[in-house]
Formats: sequence, C-alpha cells, structure tokens
Amino acid sequence: MKGFLINAWRYRQFILSSIQNDLRARFARNALGGIWMVLHPLAQVAVFALVLSGVFAARLGGLEGPFAYAIYLTAGTMAWTLFAELVTRGQMLFIDNGNLLKKIAFPKICLPLILSGSALVNNSALALVALAFYALVGHWPGWLVLWLVPLYAVVVAFGLGLGLLLGVLNVFIRDIGQMTPIVLQFWFWFTPIIYMTSILPAGAQPWMRFNPMFHVVEGFQAVLVFKTAPALGGLMMVAGLALGLMGLALWCLRAAGQEMADVL
Amino acid sequence: MSALLVVNGLGKAYRQYSSEWQRVLGWLGLRRKPAAEHWVINDVSFALAPGEVVGIIGHNGAGKSTLLKMITGTLHPSAGEVHRHGRIGAILELGLGFHPELTGRANARHALGLMGFSGEEIEQALPQVEAFAEIGEYFEQPVRVYSSGMQMRLAFAVVTAFRPDLLIVDEALSVGDAYFQQKCFERIRSFRKAGSGLLFVSHDLNAVKLLCDRVLVMDHGRCVFQGEAEPAAVFYNQLIARLSEDAAAAMAPDTGFGTGEARIVRGWLEGELGNPGPFAAGERVDACLELQCDTATPLQTTVGILVRDRFGQDIYGVNTEYLGNVLELQPGQQQTVRFALNLNLGPGKYTLTAALHSQDHHLEACYHWADALLSFEVAGFRGPRFVGLAGLGAHFSVDAAAEQAASLIYAERIEN
Repeated sequence: MKGFLINAWRYRQFILSSIQNDLRARFARNALGGIWMVLHPLAQVAVFALVLSGVFAARLGGLEGPFAYAIYLTAGTMAWTLFAELVTRGQMLFIDNGNLLKKIAFPKICLPLILSGSALVNNSALALVALAFYALVGHWPGWLVLWLVPLYAVVVAFGLGLGLLLGVLNVFIRDIGQMTPIVLQFWFWFTPIIYMTSILPAGAQPWMRFNPMFHVVEGFQAVLVFKTAPALGGLMMVAGLALGLMGLALWCLRAAGQEMADVL
Repeated sequence: MSALLVVNGLGKAYRQYSSEWQRVLGWLGLRRKPAAEHWVINDVSFALAPGEVVGIIGHNGAGKSTLLKMITGTLHPSAGEVHRHGRIGAILELGLGFHPELTGRANARHALGLMGFSGEEIEQALPQVEAFAEIGEYFEQPVRVYSSGMQMRLAFAVVTAFRPDLLIVDEALSVGDAYFQQKCFERIRSFRKAGSGLLFVSHDLNAVKLLCDRVLVMDHGRCVFQGEAEPAAVFYNQLIARLSEDAAAAMAPDTGFGTGEARIVRGWLEGELGNPGPFAAGERVDACLELQCDTATPLQTTVGILVRDRFGQDIYGVNTEYLGNVLELQPGQQQTVRFALNLNLGPGKYTLTAALHSQDHHLEACYHWADALLSFEVAGFRGPRFVGLAGLGAHFSVDAAAEQAASLIYAERIEN
C-alpha cells in the first residue's frame, strides 16, 4: 500500500497531465468541445423528464411544481453517471492502455488515479450545471450541499473499487468486458433513479436494501430533493464495501501486475 | 565502477491455464500448476558496465525484444533476475505510445511525465527536445499527421532529453534518415563518454560493428554467443546460413545455363577465419568452386568469377585465362579451384557469379554459367575506413619541398 502511494506521488506530473490530455484528446476536433461532457447526461435527463414526468410527478411525496420530477431525476443521475463511468472505463482500463503498459515501465497504480481524476472532472461539470439548475428553479439545498463531498467520495470509492477489480480480471477473462454493460443496464433499472421506491410492490421494497447503489442514490436524493441529511447507516455500509473492493482490487493488481503485460 | 545492469539467468515463460480462473485463484495464494508453459527466453546472463555498448543481434523471433522488455521492466521475468542501477531510458518498438490527437509538445510533456520527471524539469527540457527533434512547426501539430520518421525523431529526443544511465534502443534508429541517425549516434557517443551504457538491438550489422564493444547473439531464446562484435557477426551469419539449410540447394547452381560438358557443383566463400561472411573491407577471401567434368576425355576450360553489387553492376570479374592459367578437368572427377581475393570493397551486399567456358569469352562455348551463385555482405573495415564501392588503398603524405612551389604557382595564377 505504501509502495502504491509513493509511486503515485513520484508520478504526480504524469497523472495530472494524463487527466488533462484525456479531456483534451476526447474533445479534439469537436467544435463544442467540453460542452458535450454536460450535454450527454442532460439529454438523458431531458428524455426521461419529457416522457415520464406525467407518470411520476404525482408520487413525489411533498414535492410540487413543474420541475419536481426533473429535480428528482437529476439527483439520481448525478450519482449514477459517475458510478457508471468509473465501472465502464475501469473494466477497460488496462486493455485500453495495453500499448503503454507494453512499452514503458511505470507504476500501474497511476492508471486508476487518472481514471478517477478524469471521471471526477467530467462529472463535476454536470454537478455544476445541475446545481445551477436547482438554484434557478428555487430549489437550492443550502448548506446541505456540502454533503455532496462525502457522497461523491463514496461513489468514487465504490465505482473505482469495482471498476478496477473488473479491469484487472478483464485483462485475463475478456468475457467480463462483454458482460459489464449488460449488468450495468439491469443495475440502472433496479436502482430508483427515474422512479421512486414507493411505486414498487411492497414485497420487492426490502430487497432494494441489498443494492449498494440504492443507498448512494437515496443519499443524493435526500440532500438535493428533500433537503435532509442522508441516512448514514446505509452509506457507511457501502463505504465499507467500497473499501473492501478496493483492497481486493489492489491485491489482484499487485498479484496480476507481473502477468498482465504477457497477455495484453 | 559497478555494473549498470546485471542480468542473471533470466528466463521468460508464457503460462497457459486450463481456465483463466485458475490464474485468478493463483493471485489469491492458491498456486495452481499452469496447463502449459512456453519458454521464450532461457537462461540469459550478462552485465553492462558504465560507458559500455552491448549489442544484441538475432533473427526475428529470437527473443531480443522480450529480453529488452524484461530489462526495462515492462515484462516480469519468470526466472532469474535483473539488477538495474540508475535510470533507464528505452525506445522499445517504435514511439512511446504517443497519443495521435495531441500535439508533439503535449505528447513530449506527457511522455516525460511518464518517465517520472516533475513539471519543472519537463518545462526546462522541452525547448531542448524541440530543437533536437528538428521537426519544425510539426511540434505544435497532432502526432497523427507525423510520418514514422518524425515520430521516431520525437521519441528519441524525448527519451534522451535527460541523460539516462542506461539507454536501450530497439531497432528504432533504422527508421530515421541518415542525417538524423548520425545525430542520434553523436548523442549516444556523448552519453557514453559521460558514463552511460547502451544496449542496442539492430539488424544492421554495420552499425553493430561500429558501435558495440560486445555483442550477444540470440537464437531461440538463448544467448548462443557473447563476445566481440566481429566474431559475433560471423557467428550470426553462420547461424543464418544454417537457418536456410534448404538454401544450400540454392548454392548448388540449378539455375544458370550452359552446354553441360562441365558443371559448377557448388561454390563457397572462405574468410580469413574460415568464415562464410560477412567480411570486412580489405579482408582476404577465397572464392572456392567445386567443378565436375562429364565428358569422356580431359577438358580444357576457363573458369571465371564476377562480383556484382546490389544493383547488379559488375564490380570485378576475372578468369583463369586473364590470370594466365589453364585448367584441365579430368573426366568424371570433381576438382576444387580457389580464387584468392583481396576483398577491398565498400560495405554493402554483393553477389558472386561463376562460369565455366571453353575460351576466354563465355559466348564461344559456355559449359555452365551460374548467375548469382553466392551472395555475401561486406561490413566493417580491416584497415582504414573509406566511402564508396572500391577501396583504392590511399596513402597520404605531405611533400614538404614541393608544397611551397605549388602554392607559389597558385598564387601567381591568381595575380594574373
């Protein structure tokens, strides 16, 4: 663990310039550049809001107004987009960088750090736009907004832990790369992002607690939609799970590091 | 001084498992036996001292690149160990994993970061990288518009921006043009003077001979020869010759034409050490031909050889008639003849054609004409270096008495 940290510090310049280059390369030759970063998730929010606001608006307990559903939807999307980006890019992390790993000896720990940095930059743009939207429609959460810091930390830890573990395994077992998007698809619909838990049949509701993302999304919604502090119990559990995953992923990374370049 | 690099009993195996999950279980401490092991490098040991240049030669797939990857640390050895002292700068394959959409400058900055330098050091080095690469305004353009030569220029400039203790170059230099190659060699030489070591992989035997103090010959993942450049090159060529055992048939002239009264059965070249090539310019080389006469009576014949360069230009031809010899072949007997040559040819690739005919001219009655019977390479020099195809054996002297007179005459002419 200590070795990982020392290496990461020694290569800080590389990590920073990689995050920068990542963004620059993604939007090179795009006229709108970084605006696309925000447009993608906003488009998703807009689609769901247009189609579904009539269906769900009435069920948002205590929340009224023309933007109620959009507010609810945006809160969940903020958490999910970051999580999904970390998992999707995480599982391809070593394969996509195979060329680099085969040519230059550098600490592999740099790669997940670059990933989390670049994903955070992407998503903070979305978060800023979303918060501006809340302020505009008069739904600013006030000081509660600071809860977003620990909430984001939990999402990053969980998404990175899972993404990194899948990334290491995917180098050797490529089926994982095919499977992940399907699982994420199901996962998205089994998490109350576009709907509320209350619309589920009573028998199904307790099972939701076994979905870690349920607690995370609920936390975002508590702060941004209902302007209350998030329920800590569930979040602590997810944080613990995230740390466990992260430890397992780092263990695998250290063990697999020797063989990784062989099969890339 | 202690060695920059010590490689001890290094081996690399690619392991296959019956299921990849077995491999995963292996990480968690449950060691499983791999289903198959494929050893690509076996027991390679050598050391490299500061200021030393070690070359690695071998045919494609001999394990050179795998060996270098283990030395730089991108691959993990399966057996043995690598001890590195100091910083390694390496150009493996081509380029440094440059990002095609980013400019040369951004890529250079990025690659230097990847080598572990701080932002400050990088900003200091960039102007120097730009100057060395000499790619002009392309430095500010995305790498995707670069030619492979330009990418190589940038890669070399980046890797050598700071003097590494050990520089590893894997065939990359062959992409550059002659001017840039010169420049690279110049920089390598200056690094060497400052105490850097160099590990150099190339197919260019000339460059290897010029540069290397010691050469490793790799074959099938083993180091089959380790020693000075000249004998290593000879060893390597013998290896190649063995590789093309079928090509032994090519040495027997089934190509060619002639009336067939007598035949050239085979031919070979022998250098001073009995080596089949490559030869150094100025080396004594014997061109040997084994001849067979198929007539019932003894046959008077002229035998000749002709050396051509790679463009097919005649460089030197001679026959027994010119040399004032007469050769009589006995019926049904094989005879070996030998032309001792002073091979004072410039470095390059040549062929040797041999012919048997009745008179001094092969159009009279040509028994056998074997076109390009042998090919050989001249690499390196015995004696002073020169450029061009022919070594004319120049000697230089200053004629003290005549010098003044000559310059006087010259001065007078100018005045007139």
